[in-house]
Amino acid sequence: MPILWLRVALGFYAVGLIYALVALTRRSHLLNKVALPAMTLGMVFQFVSLTEAMLLSGQLTLTSVHNSESFLAFLVMTGFMIVYLTYRTTSPGIVVFPLVFVLTFIAATGQQPFLLTSPGMRTGWLFAHIALIFTGYAALFLSFGASLLYLVQERSLKSKKDAGMMSRLPALEVIDQIGYRSLLLGFPFMTLGLIAGTVVAQATFGRVDFLDPKVLLSVLMWAVYMIMLYTRWNAGWRGRRAAYLATGAFVAAVVAWAANYFSTIHRFVQS
Amino acid sequence: MNFQLIGINHKTAPVEVRERLAIPEPRLPEALRRLAEHPGVDEGLILCTCNRVEMWAQTRNGGADLRAFLRNYFLLDPADYEPHLYEYREQDAIRHLFRVAASLDSMVVGEPQILGQVKQAYATARAVGAVHSQLDLLLTRAFAVAKRVRNETAVGSSAVSVASVAVELAKKIFGALDGKHVYLVGAGKMSELAARHLLAHGAAAILVANRTYERATQLAARFNGEAIRFEELYNTCDRADIVITSTGAPRAIFRREHGELFLSRRKNRPMFFIDIAVPRDVDPEMNKLDGIFVYDIDDLQQAVSGHVADRRKEAERAEIIVNIEVERFQARVQALDVVPTIVSLQDHLETIRQAEIDRVRGRLGPLSPDQEIALEKLTRGIINKIMHTPITTLKTAARGPEVTTLIDVVRRLFKLQEKAEETTLSSRETKGRG
Repeated sequence: MPILWLRVALGFYAVGLIYALVALTRRSHLLNKVALPAMTLGMVFQFVSLTEAMLLSGQLTLTSVHNSESFLAFLVMTGFMIVYLTYRTTSPGIVVFPLVFVLTFIAATGQQPFLLTSPGMRTGWLFAHIALIFTGYAALFLSFGASLLYLVQERSLKSKKDAGMMSRLPALEVIDQIGYRSLLLGFPFMTLGLIAGTVVAQATFGRVDFLDPKVLLSVLMWAVYMIMLYTRWNAGWRGRRAAYLATGAFVAAVVAWAANYFSTIHRFVQS
Repeated sequence: MNFQLIGINHKTAPVEVRERLAIPEPRLPEALRRLAEHPGVDEGLILCTCNRVEMWAQTRNGGADLRAFLRNYFLLDPADYEPHLYEYREQDAIRHLFRVAASLDSMVVGEPQILGQVKQAYATARAVGAVHSQLDLLLTRAFAVAKRVRNETAVGSSAVSVASVAVELAKKIFGALDGKHVYLVGAGKMSELAARHLLAHGAAAILVANRTYERATQLAARFNGEAIRFEELYNTCDRADIVITSTGAPRAIFRREHGELFLSRRKNRPMFFIDIAVPRDVDPEMNKLDGIFVYDIDDLQQAVSGHVADRRKEAERAEIIVNIEVERFQARVQALDVVPTIVSLQDHLETIRQAEIDRVRGRLGPLSPDQEIALEKLTRGIINKIMHTPITTLKTAARGPEVTTLIDVVRRLFKLQEKAEETTLSSRETKGRG
């Protein structure tokens, strides 16, 4: 059943995907009206799916990779909704919706989910680790999306042409705030998540292998995250330079995620 | 009547070209004098605003080479600006002038400032003596037309001024303007208006810098702002989020290095430069810096053009009014033009008649009153009969384009030239010799 609810959610998210793709070229009032309710419904079904999956497996933790992808999509959507409720803008959706769709798509269509079979799986520490890190990911992604929008809006202002749909983007400074606040908010989550991960690893293996690709990449991602915050806070970097950094952090995050497939301590084992 | 104009405006030339042809106010009287002395020019007027530079002239038959005037006056490479020039004569020139005064040719159609600018140009030209008869007539009419357009159409009422466009752009950059600082560099009507708009939308504080400190203090007092000495400009500018600049500086006062300095002091928080000066105060290079947005007068126009559609309908009605007025004015001026000719023709014939009567009276001997009347009637009748067709022809021709040639022919046939010159053109002649 969880997979069914997830697929229903996917259907709703598809509306958001279409909205995002269409919004790049022209306005559509119908889609404008439909996109947000559809995404909200998608979230509801995804929540149902996630809860049911947890109840079925009897665990708090997200044992399958696909469940965790679904969970990440859900967190990203939550972040989007917070931004929407604060700033009343759906513009980040242009970047967020496709990602949510892709994550949910992977989760909903995967035939044989991998299972995390590392020992110590059922501890609260592990759950904390995953939830915190994922929230960090979601924040990072929102921030990344915001920097892309910042670039678009900046270009539109600099080129001085009234750029159709781009004129609906929020003000430059608002986009900037969305990006910065997501970044600020995400950092403690990411940091605590990594600490929780370290605790889990130490409890399991007695030590942390810093040469393990997963660990290495996670630390790298964290470092880029730090640099982003620092340059922003200290020199007010935004716009193009911030977007480069955000892209770097995002790529690092994706690679760190992919490392799950070849890390020794963080391996997903096929069931 | 020979009206002629040459000019360059925001539609035909970018600000880079316009700023080179701009004549600073102190040099206008001298330029006007030279225009009035230009061969073929009887009267002249120069309109120089941030959007247009135009030379209007009342010329003698055959017109004047106004391009030559530009070449002599500006000493620029004509290739730089000549492709952007437009030239109008007669009816087209009148229509253009009416349209300009009625703000139909403005960057923001219907904006009210242009009429004041035309009036100012007129006052300057009158003071110098470059405008006295025909152009005077034309301009007075142009003001009336502008008033009529304003009263009878809604073109002026919904005018989106450059100021409100500036506010819109500022909102695109900063979102809410609450707490934003505005810096006025140089004083001017338009920048003041823009500042007022920004304040009305929540901008917090205003700083004012001007070459003359007293002027800055006055302006600052009006806005409850802070006056800054001009030397302190670069040290204080980073405090502002929005800079409105409109100085008369011949070269850009904000250059890339200044922008870099401001950004580093502001920790890269964005800045918005609104440059309404021509020549421009902000180096276009500044716009290339991340976080600095520069809009010059042309860019504002582009932003404004989105609003133009709303007013198109009203503008169409205004154009109709202008067309009617152009015809009316032409008819009036041309009728005025035939009248002196007709009068002098009649005077001329009357003199001949009197002379002939005096000549024959001696031979006829004393005449009875009846005979006297008959003689009078006979001679008058002959003249009136002969003159009837020429005079009606002249009067009807007054509405046609061939009127000047016809008048010319009549004057030459009857040798009216010198006489007419003495009476109606005396003022022009004296000026021409002086």
